[in-house]
Amino acid sequence: MYSSSNKPFSLAQVLFYGYVILILLFTIGPLIIVTILAFNNNPSASFPWHGFTLDWFKSSNPERVGLFDDARMVASIVSSLKVAAAVTVISVLLGVNNAFLFVREKFVGKNFFYMLMLGPLVVPGVVLGTSILAFTHGIANTLDSALGAGAGTFLRPGFWLVVLGQVSFVATTTTLVITARLKRFDPSLEEAALDLGATQAQAIINITLRFLTPAVVGAAIIAFLFSFQNFNTTYFLIGSDPTVPIILYSRLRFGISPEINAVSVLLMIVTGVLGIFAFSFQKEEKAA
Amino acid sequence: MLARIKRSQRLMFFLIPMLLWIGLLFVFPHVKLFMLSFMDRRSGAFTLANYAAFFNKSLYTKVFIHTAIFSIFTTLLTLALSFPTAFIITKVLGSKMKAIVLMAIVLPYWISELIQAFTWMVLFRETGVISYLLQSLGITDHNIEFLYHNSTIVVGLVYTSILFMTIPIMNSLDTLDDKLIEASYDLGGNFWSTMREIIIPHAGPGIMVGSIMVFMLNLGNYVTVTLLGGKNSMWFTESIYNQFIVRFNQNQGSAFGVILLTFSVLFVWIILKITGQDMTEAM
Repeated sequence: MYSSSNKPFSLAQVLFYGYVILILLFTIGPLIIVTILAFNNNPSASFPWHGFTLDWFKSSNPERVGLFDDARMVASIVSSLKVAAAVTVISVLLGVNNAFLFVREKFVGKNFFYMLMLGPLVVPGVVLGTSILAFTHGIANTLDSALGAGAGTFLRPGFWLVVLGQVSFVATTTTLVITARLKRFDPSLEEAALDLGATQAQAIINITLRFLTPAVVGAAIIAFLFSFQNFNTTYFLIGSDPTVPIILYSRLRFGISPEINAVSVLLMIVTGVLGIFAFSFQKEEKAA
Repeated sequence: MLARIKRSQRLMFFLIPMLLWIGLLFVFPHVKLFMLSFMDRRSGAFTLANYAAFFNKSLYTKVFIHTAIFSIFTTLLTLALSFPTAFIITKVLGSKMKAIVLMAIVLPYWISELIQAFTWMVLFRETGVISYLLQSLGITDHNIEFLYHNSTIVVGLVYTSILFMTIPIMNSLDTLDDKLIEASYDLGGNFWSTMREIIIPHAGPGIMVGSIMVFMLNLGNYVTVTLLGGKNSMWFTESIYNQFIVRFNQNQGSAFGVILLTFSVLFVWIILKITGQDMTEAM
């Protein structure tokens, strides 16, 4: 509307579109270059182009380690998936629980707890990680001395501590997503089901939880991605089984290999598919 | 009577999991952090030494001031880049282009910060893509190291946080009625006066939320800063990490954590007071 002149391209339009192109170059340009390099048959992980190869994914040449030949990398993908699965289940359950609590119940200090619950999103991940480490370290020591050595092991750096640490902030996000949906639910629907002879449990399962499904799926995808890519909090709580971001970090501190280009492409595909799925799911929900 | 007991049981059913989560995974850990920061490393007795070490040792304060200044600078730079982006997305582009640009801004974030930092390493390192390009264009005849400078860190930080600035500004611009902009033109305003009098004031809350989020993200950043900055990164989160993991000094690390938290909360509060914005209104 600022360019509603008769000329095909006004100066304003040229400036606007030029700016958009620059922003696109800045945001996607690096990703495109990494994608090209993942298929470049050049062991220096840079240009010039030496021809197409899939060696950085899987190679029969023992001198070239592709991502799927790299046992430690594959193990880290498995351990990331395990952590993300546990974090997703716990955070979504907590999210549904908290949504019912904040939307349906009345209690003293409700607003206070709602603000408090936003805290884990605001505190830097490094501080969150260190505080949980310090806290659980103390408890694990107490458990060990009270119940015998080994009683506090599950609170030592390792799988469960990483899961707990990630749940601390992922559950905030799932709560926000599910609460937003539950707020839009019309309680008279549930009452109607009760009037028609449904039990309280039936009404909640068939009517309310069904209504929440899109938000639950959306929250689950977000929780999974948050967990899968988390570094800051995880870094302090990890034991002997590194997740993908941890192993990437430890390698990148010493330099770059073409294999990491391939890992990037794999992550782009997986998160891209999940992201589009979540996006279209939200869209359908809005359309419905 | 029975109904009331049932209701309180139901409340407990929902309340207890929430309290366990926020208590055990957020409140108590931070109380512990706070307590540890006032304890002597060996005896556990009350002491202010951990805070004294911060203020007395010029290296720590230097790193902290460096982190704060660069966080503020990067936040302003991100704002300068994101505001036009948000404006163009909401007020200029058609719905198809809008979706493409939005996707382009969201995508790098979803692929994880590690990969974001990695892509800039690929571009900036000594034998990297930019160095190669400059040589093949004949601009230089040797490899140039672009990594491990403060400016590299700034580029990486802007890249990781552009999304968090653009989205809130978009949200506040979305509610601006285009008729107001037209009215401003009809009344003789030009692009700049409309921007100054109508658009920017309306986007105020979005600018506030975006700036606060980006500032906090910058201050608490670890990955981008250490990978792109190497040993010269001078970021305070690295000092926290070093105390906890390298030196096993939980107490000193806790004091650093408390200092970082206190500073960020105070800073945000002061900014809100100065600009007269209300955070709850802005959210």
